[in-house]
Amino acid sequence: MKIAVASGKGGTGKTFVATNLFNVLSGRGERVTLVDCDADAPDDLLFFTAEKISETEVTHQVPVINKDACTWCGRCSNWCNYNAIFYVPTAKVIEVIENLCHGCGACSFACNTGAISEKPVVLGTVTSFRTDRGYPLVEARLRVNEMSPVRVIKSAIKEAGDNGVVILDSPPGTSCPFIQTVDRADYVLLVTEPTPFGLSDLRQSVETLKTMNKQCGVIINRADIGDSGVKNYLSVEQIPLLGVIDYDTDIARSYSEGRLITDESEIMTGFFAGLADKIISEHGTGSN
Amino acid sequence: MELAVISGKGGTGKSSVTAAFATLGEKLVVADCDVDAANLYLLFNPEHDTEQVYIGGYKAVVDTSLCSVCGICESYCRFDAIKEVEGKIIISETSCDGCFFCSRICPTDAISMVRSDKSRMYSGSFRNGMMVYGSLAPGEENSGKLVSMVRDEAKRVATEKGMSTILLDGPPGIGCPVISTVTGVDRIIIVTEPTMSGLADLRRVHEVARKFTAEVGVIINKADLNEAMADRIEEWSASQGSTLLGRLPFDRRVTDSMVAGRSVVEMHPDSDISKAINKIWNNLMANGKE
Repeated sequence: MKIAVASGKGGTGKTFVATNLFNVLSGRGERVTLVDCDADAPDDLLFFTAEKISETEVTHQVPVINKDACTWCGRCSNWCNYNAIFYVPTAKVIEVIENLCHGCGACSFACNTGAISEKPVVLGTVTSFRTDRGYPLVEARLRVNEMSPVRVIKSAIKEAGDNGVVILDSPPGTSCPFIQTVDRADYVLLVTEPTPFGLSDLRQSVETLKTMNKQCGVIINRADIGDSGVKNYLSVEQIPLLGVIDYDTDIARSYSEGRLITDESEIMTGFFAGLADKIISEHGTGSN
Repeated sequence: MELAVISGKGGTGKSSVTAAFATLGEKLVVADCDVDAANLYLLFNPEHDTEQVYIGGYKAVVDTSLCSVCGICESYCRFDAIKEVEGKIIISETSCDGCFFCSRICPTDAISMVRSDKSRMYSGSFRNGMMVYGSLAPGEENSGKLVSMVRDEAKRVATEKGMSTILLDGPPGIGCPVISTVTGVDRIIIVTEPTMSGLADLRRVHEVARKFTAEVGVIINKADLNEAMADRIEEWSASQGSTLLGRLPFDRRVTDSMVAGRSVVEMHPDSDISKAINKIWNNLMANGKE
C-alpha cells in the first residue's frame, strides 16, 4: 500500500509526519519504505542514520547535431515543441539549447539525414539507503539548476517497489511533481495548518485529488494557532480529520535539530501509531 | 528595482514577510509568483481590473474511432504516458508532457493535441499599490511560463502607474518556477528557518541564486526557536558571501494578523518583529538607491 503525505502549502509538516510515521512502523517491525519525493528540497535523510546502498543517475536524452551531415531542412526545429533547437538557416546556425530540451526524442526521429544523435544529461539522482533499523529509504534529488523533478520522482517511486507500506513524502503544490507522486498512491494524507493560507492550499489539493479519484484524510498541524476555517471546511466537505497536533516548542526544537519526536515522546509515538493503524485498517496493506 | 523573495524550503514565512514588506511604506507592485499556491491575495483582497487566460501546455488525446492500435505511439513515447489496455490506446493526462511526438507519427492521425485554458492571471489594485498574481490550474506544467507572464504584467503595471519597486513572492523549491522568478531581478532575498531542513534547503536554493548577478541576502525567520542553529546558518551565509539581512523572532501575532487579513506590520506595528522587518526593508531600499 502506498500512502502519499502531501500538502498544497509548503512547510505544514509533511516531512515531519512522513518521517515519524515511517519511524513508528519500522519500530514495530512492519514492512515499510520511505520515499522522499520532494526532489527540489529532499530532507528526510536528515532525520535518520542510514547507510547508502546504491545510487542511480536519472538522465534524459538530448540531441547532438552533426552540422556536417545537416541539410538545414529545419524539420527538427519544427518538430520541437519546446523551442530547444535554435535554427537560423540563412546564417547556417543550428544549436541545441539543452536547458529547454525535455528529451522527447522527436527531433532525432524528424531528421531525415541522420545528423542527430543523442547523449544523456543527468537530471538528478535516486539513492537507496538502509536505516540503522534496517529499513529502506529512497531519496529523489533534483540536480541544482535542472528544471523539472518529475522524471527523478518517478524513478524513485519505481525503485522503492511495492513491499508492504510505502510512504511517499510528496513535494508541495498541486502541479506536476505533486500529481506524479500522488498518482501512484492508494491513499493521500494531507497535512495542513489552520490558517487562511493553509485552507486555501488545502482546498486546491482536495479539488485536485477529487479529479484523480483519490481518497484522502487530513491532519491539522499547529492546530492551536489560526482559526477554525479548516475544521469547518472539512466538516462541510465530509473529509475525515485523522488527527490534530498542537504547536509545541519541544516538537519544533526536536525537528529543528533533525531528531524524531517519536524517539522522544511516548504520546507522539502513540499518536503516529494510531494514525498508521487507522489508515491501514481502513485501506488495507495491499496495492491497487 | 525588482526584488524576489524565495526560500527553498516551504513554509518558512516567505509570504508573511513579503506581505509585511508590501505594506510598509511607498506604494509598490507586488506579484505572487507562487502560481501553484498563490496566497497573498487573501491578505490584500485586490480589486481585479483585469483577468487574463493563461494557456498552459498541450496534452495528447486519442480518437479511438480512428486509432488502429498499432502501438507506434506507445513505443516512441518517452514519458510512459501511453499504454495499450484491453485493445485500446490510453494516454495518461498526468504523464503526457505535450511534446507532440505521438501526434506527428500516428499513421492514422488519431491523436490530437489540446491545450488547457483553465489557468488565470489577475491584476488590480490593493491598499498599498498594485498586485499581480497567477493561478495555475491543478496538474499544469509550465508554471515557469506563467511566472514570466506574471512578471511581465507586473513590469507593465509598474511603468503605467509610475511605481519603481516590484516585489515578487516566489515559490518553494529550486526548479523551473523558482528560476523563472529570480532570473534578472536586482535583489534575491532568501527566507529560511533555523532547522536542519532549513539549512539544507537554503544551501540548494543559494546555489541556484548565486548563478545570477543579483545580490543575495538571507533572513532567518523564527530565529529564536533555535538560536544555535540560527548562528550556524548565519555563519554559513557569511562564508558564501551573502548578507544576513536580519533575524526575525517567532511571533504568533504573525498568524493572528493573517487570520485578520492583514500583515503583521499593519496589525502590530510596534512589535519587535515589525521593527525588525522595517529595518530590513529600509536597508534594502537604501541599498537599491545607491
